[in-house]
Amino acid sequence: MKRNLLWDFAFSLPCFLAFLLVILCPFFLGAWYSFTDWNGINYTVNFVGWANYRNIFSSPQFLFSLYQTLLYALLDVVFIHVVAFGLALLVTSRVRLRNVYRAGFFLPNLIGGIVLGFIWQFMYKDFFTAIGKLLDIPGMKTSLISSASTVVLGMSLATTWQYAGYIMLIFVAAIQGVPQEVLESAAVDGAGAFTRVRKILIPMMRNAFTISLFLVITTSFKQFEKNLTLTNGGPATRFLGKVVQGGSLVPLTIYNESVSANNLSKGQAMSVVFFLVLVLFSLMQVVVSKRKEVEQ
Amino acid sequence: MAQATMRRRRRGIGLEVLGGLLLLVWMIPLAIVFINASKTYGEVTANPLALPAHAGAFLDNLRAVFTDRTTDFAGAFWDSFLVTALSLATIVLFASMQAWVLVRRKTRLSAAAFFLYVAAMVIPFQVVMYPMIYFFRSLGEFLGLRLLDTHHGIVFAYLGFGCSMSVFIFHGFIKNIPLALEESATIDGCSQGRLFFSVVFPLLRPVCLTVMILQGIWIWNDYLLPVMMLGTNGRVQTVPIAVKMFAGTYIKQWNLILVTTVLAMLPVIVFFLFAQKYIIRGVIEGALK
Repeated sequence: MKRNLLWDFAFSLPCFLAFLLVILCPFFLGAWYSFTDWNGINYTVNFVGWANYRNIFSSPQFLFSLYQTLLYALLDVVFIHVVAFGLALLVTSRVRLRNVYRAGFFLPNLIGGIVLGFIWQFMYKDFFTAIGKLLDIPGMKTSLISSASTVVLGMSLATTWQYAGYIMLIFVAAIQGVPQEVLESAAVDGAGAFTRVRKILIPMMRNAFTISLFLVITTSFKQFEKNLTLTNGGPATRFLGKVVQGGSLVPLTIYNESVSANNLSKGQAMSVVFFLVLVLFSLMQVVVSKRKEVEQ
Repeated sequence: MAQATMRRRRRGIGLEVLGGLLLLVWMIPLAIVFINASKTYGEVTANPLALPAHAGAFLDNLRAVFTDRTTDFAGAFWDSFLVTALSLATIVLFASMQAWVLVRRKTRLSAAAFFLYVAAMVIPFQVVMYPMIYFFRSLGEFLGLRLLDTHHGIVFAYLGFGCSMSVFIFHGFIKNIPLALEESATIDGCSQGRLFFSVVFPLLRPVCLTVMILQGIWIWNDYLLPVMMLGTNGRVQTVPIAVKMFAGTYIKQWNLILVTTVLAMLPVIVFFLFAQKYIIRGVIEGALK
C-alpha cells in the first residue's frame, strides 16, 4: 500500500506533541529537579545529590503518610473486594430488579472526588454522630475522621461506597464468563451454593481478581481529591516526636509540601518515590498475570 | 419436588428483600444530601436527621448559591461544559489518528512510541504537575504561548493526560479491522487523509463512545489539573473548583454546600440515567483492557 511519511507525521503530531509537552518532558524534568534545589522561581538550579531524598526519609510527615497510605490501601483492598463480590453475586442471581441494583450500586462512581469528600464529611461529622447521640451508641458519638487512629478507616469506608460498584461490574463480567453448565452440573452433584462459589466460581475468576487488585491498589495510592475535602489532612497526631497530619495520604502530603511549604524539590523527591512504589505494584501485577497465563 | 420449589421460591424472596435493603443503604448518603440541601441553615444544624420543615427551602438555597458574588456557578458550569466537550473532541480525534498510524505502519519507531504511551499510564499526576506548570509558564514567558488560565491550554493538557489510555484503547480496536477495506479504498485513489476520515473513522464509533465516557466522567469531575492550570480565582473556573471555593467561603453552611454538591452531581447522574447501557459497557471495556 502506498503510504506517505508526511501524512503519518501530520497524523501523529498533535497527539504526540501534547504527550511530549504534558507528560514526557515534565516527567524527566521532575525527576531531575528532585536532585536539585529547584524552587519554581529561579531559572538556575543547583545539583544537590540525594539531599532531598535523605530529607524526606527523615521527615515524620512523609513516613507517617506513607504508613497511612499503605494501611488505607490494605483496608480498601479487603472492604472493596468483599463488598463488590457480594454485590456481584447478588446482581448475577435471579433477582428480579438486578439491572436496577447494578445501576444503583454503580452510581456513586460518577461522583467526583471533591464532591464525594464533602458528602462524606457531612455524613461523618453530622449524620452519623447525630444517630449515635440519638440511639446512645458510645462509639458513634464522635466521628471516625476526627481521630488519627480511625481516619483511614473512615476514608476507606467512603471509598468502598464509591468504588465497590465499579469493581462489581468487573466481577459481574467474570461471573457471566463462567460456563453455566459447570455450575449446574456441580449443583446436580450436590454441591451447595457456598461450595460452588468457593470451589468453582472464585478459581475461575482469577483473571478478574488480578485486574481488580491492581485497580484498587493504584486508585487507593492515587487518592487525592477525596482526601482533600474529606479530612484536609487532619486530624493532627504525634509521630517520631513531631506533630504530623494524621489523615494526609501521600498525594496530599506532596501537594501540601509543594504548595504550602513552597518546598518544590522536596515534594518532587516524594513524588518520585511515590512513582517508584506504583511501578513496583504494576510490575508485580504483570509478573503475576504472566505466571497465571502460563499455568492455564 | 414441590417442597424444593417452595424452598427456592422462599430463597428468591429473601434475595429480593436483601437486594432492596442493600440498595436502600447505598442510597442513604445521596438521600441525606438531598434532604439537607432542602433545609435552612438552622434546621441542618439543629438536626441533620429531620426531614425538611417546609418546601421551597431548596429553591431558596439554590438562589443563594447562584446569586453568590464570590463564586460564579453559572460561569463555572459553562466552562466545565466547554472544557469537557472540547477535550473529548480533541482526544477522540487526535488519539484515533495516532493509534491508526501506529497500527498500520509497523516500524520500530511506531512500536517504541506505542510502548511509551502505554508505559506512561503508570505515571501519577503528582510527579508531573509542578514541572508541567513551570514548563508552561516558561513557554508563556519566552514564546508568548499562553497555556495557563485559558481554555485551549487546559484542553491541550487533557489531550496529553488522556492520550495514553485513549491511544491504547483505539489501538486495540483498530488492530482487528480488516486491512482489505482500506486497501480497496487506496486502489480507488483515496488519499491517506480521506481514507481515514471517510473509511476508518466511521468504523470507530463504538470505541469513540467508550473513550468519551471514560474520559468524560474523569474530566468533568477532575479538580487537581484545573486548579493547577487555572488557579482558584482565574478567568476560567470549572465546577469542582467552584464547589471547593464555595465550601471554603461558607464553612459549615451545609445547606448551601450540599446544594453545590447536588449541582455538580446532577448532570452526570442525569446523563447516566439516559445512557446507562453504554456507560456500564464502556466502563467494563475500559477496565478489562
